[in-house]
Amino acid sequence: MENLLKLSAETLAKIDEVVPKYPQKRSAALMVIHLVQDELGAVDDTACEWIAKRLELQPINIKELITFYPMLRENPWGRKHVRVCRTLPCALRGSYGTCKTFEKMLGVKEGHVREDGEYSLEFMECLADCGQGPVVIVDEKTYENIEGERATKFAELLLDGKLDGVEEFKSYEESLNQQIPKQ
Amino acid sequence: MSEQSPKERRIILKYADDPAYSNRIDCYLRVGGYQNLKKAFAMKPEEVGEEVLKSGVRGRGGAGFPAGMKWKFLDRKSGKPIYLICNADESEPGTFKDRQIMYKDPHQLIEGMMISAYAIGASQAFIYIRAEFHEGARILNRAISEAKDKGFCGNNILGSDFSCDLVVHRGAGAYICGEETGLIESLEGKRPNPRIKPPYFPAVLGLYQCPTIVNNVETLCNVRHIIEMGGDEFAKIGKPNNTGTRIWCVSGQVMKPGYYEFECGALTLGQMIFDVCGGLRPGRSLKAVIPGGSSAKVLRADERFSGTLKDGTAFDWGLGDIPLDFDGPMSAGSMSGSGGIIVMDDTVDIVQAMANINAFYAHESCGQCTPCREGSLWMRKITQRMCSGGARKEDADLLLSVAKQIEGRTICAFGEAAAWPTQSFVTKFKDDFINKASETAENRDPKSLQLI
Repeated sequence: MENLLKLSAETLAKIDEVVPKYPQKRSAALMVIHLVQDELGAVDDTACEWIAKRLELQPINIKELITFYPMLRENPWGRKHVRVCRTLPCALRGSYGTCKTFEKMLGVKEGHVREDGEYSLEFMECLADCGQGPVVIVDEKTYENIEGERATKFAELLLDGKLDGVEEFKSYEESLNQQIPKQ
Repeated sequence: MSEQSPKERRIILKYADDPAYSNRIDCYLRVGGYQNLKKAFAMKPEEVGEEVLKSGVRGRGGAGFPAGMKWKFLDRKSGKPIYLICNADESEPGTFKDRQIMYKDPHQLIEGMMISAYAIGASQAFIYIRAEFHEGARILNRAISEAKDKGFCGNNILGSDFSCDLVVHRGAGAYICGEETGLIESLEGKRPNPRIKPPYFPAVLGLYQCPTIVNNVETLCNVRHIIEMGGDEFAKIGKPNNTGTRIWCVSGQVMKPGYYEFECGALTLGQMIFDVCGGLRPGRSLKAVIPGGSSAKVLRADERFSGTLKDGTAFDWGLGDIPLDFDGPMSAGSMSGSGGIIVMDDTVDIVQAMANINAFYAHESCGQCTPCREGSLWMRKITQRMCSGGARKEDADLLLSVAKQIEGRTICAFGEAAAWPTQSFVTKFKDDFINKASETAENRDPKSLQLI
C-alpha cells in the first residue's frame, strides 16, 4: 500500500504486526489509529482514508471513531501536552486551582494549544489515580498531588524543561519497580 | 503509593508494594507464580468453573454479579469460538485499584486470565485497557511476552493442546467502554454504543456475535487465588454472599486517601474513614460519602439506615456503621459498586459537587438514547447555572424530574449511573439546593473549593 502519510518504517511495521492479531481487521482500528496519531499527532482526512484502506473499510468508519473518542484528534495538541484531571475526587483536592495555575503559567487556555505550538492544556475526566489527586499527565507520565504551591513549582520546572529527575515530582511510572531481580 | 494499613488482609495486592518485588516474571515465579495454572490444567475445565462457582466470588467491576454464574450462562453449544475479555477500562470516578494490579503485578492477571480461558474454553483473550494507561499497556505486553516464552500463555500452554492468545487492546478515553457491551462494540472497531439486553447478553451474543465472557481485572485475579485455595476455602474469606477481599479506593477529603484491601465485611465505613484513612482534616466534619464510585447514590453523614438484611436480621445504622462489603452499602440504599469511596467534608458546596458529577456524565454519555443524551446535558446545564449565580428555588424539583425521565429508559445502565447521583443529592440535600437561590458573594463559605 502506498505510504501516503509518510509514516516511519517503524510505525508501518507496528501496524503490520498489530492487524493480524485480531480475528477481524476492523477490530484493529483503534490500535492503528493510535499508532498513526502517535507519529503524526492527529488523524486528518487523508489519514482516515489511508487507515480505512489498510483495514478494508470506508473512511467514515474511521472518522466516526476520531470524532467520538476523547483521546483521538483531528488536530494535534502542543509539543508538550498537559492533562489535568477534572472529576470530583481530584476537584475535592483542588484540581480547578491547578488548571487555573497552569492556564496562567503556561500561557494557554484549557482545551487549547498555545500559539507557538509548545504547550497544550486539557481538563480531562477521571484518570483513575484518585487517591493522589490532583492528578496531572504530561505526555505519558502521571504526576500526583499537583496542587497549590506544588502546582506552581511543577509548572516552573516544566517550563524550564527541568522536570525529569526531580525527586519530589517523580512520576507514578518512574516509581514502579520494573527491574529483573538479581538471583 | 498509599501507606499500607496494619489491619489489611492483602491477597490480590500481597506483593504489589513490596520494595523487593517487581513486575517481572522472575519475581512472580519466586512467589509461586503460575503454579495455579498448572494446578488448573490438571483439572477438567468444568471443575475449574465449579470451584469459581463455589467460591461465590462476585464481580469487582461494579455490578457485583457472581462470576461463576456469569460463566454458567456461557453458550457452549453454538459451535462458535468463545472469547474472554478482561475489562481493564477502569474509569468509574473514585476507582484506582486495577491500575495497581496491572502496573505492579501483571502476571497475576495473566495467570488468572489463562486459568479462566481454560475453564470457559476460550482460545482468544483480550485485555481492554484504557488509553491513559500508556505504561500499563507496555507493562502488560512485556509480561505477556515473558509468559509466552515460558509457555504460560499462547500456543500449547504448559505443553498441553490448549492454546490461548492474549492481546492488549487500548481504548481511547471513553467511560462508556467500561460497560461490557459498549466495550465489545469498541473492540469490534466501532463506536462504543452499548447493545440492548436481551438479546445481546455477551455470554451468548458477545464479540463478533460469539459467546464472550467479560470480567474485571480484580475478578480475574481472584480466580487464581480460588484455584490455589479451592472454592470452598475461598468462600470462608469475608462473609456469606460477600466472599473474598475487596480493594477499597478512598479519595477526597480524608487525611490518608489510598487503596486498602480488606476481607469483605471486615470493617465499617466509619472505621475506614476515621481509622484506616486517618479521619478528616483538622476542624472539619463529615458531610457526605459516595460509597461505590460516582454513580453510586450519595450517603448523608447524619442519615439513619434501617431495614432488614437478606438473612432476616434487622439493622439500624448510622453512616459509620455500614459494613464494607457488597450488601452493606446496598442495604443502605446505595451500592459498593467499584469500591470507590469518595469522602466530602463540611466545606464542600454540595451543589457544586453535583455540578461536577453532572459534567462528567454529560461528557461521557454515548448519545445513543435520547433520555440520557439530552437529560445528562440538561442536568449539567441546570447545576452549572445554579453555581453561576442563576439558581432558582424550583431547580431542585426540575433536576429530579429530568433524572426521573432518564432512569429505566435507556439501553444500558449509564442512564441509572447518570440519574442516581442527581436523585440522591437533590433528595438528601434539598435545603442546599433550595438555599442556593439566596446565595450571594457575602454568604458563600470562603473555605469551599471550586468544584465546577
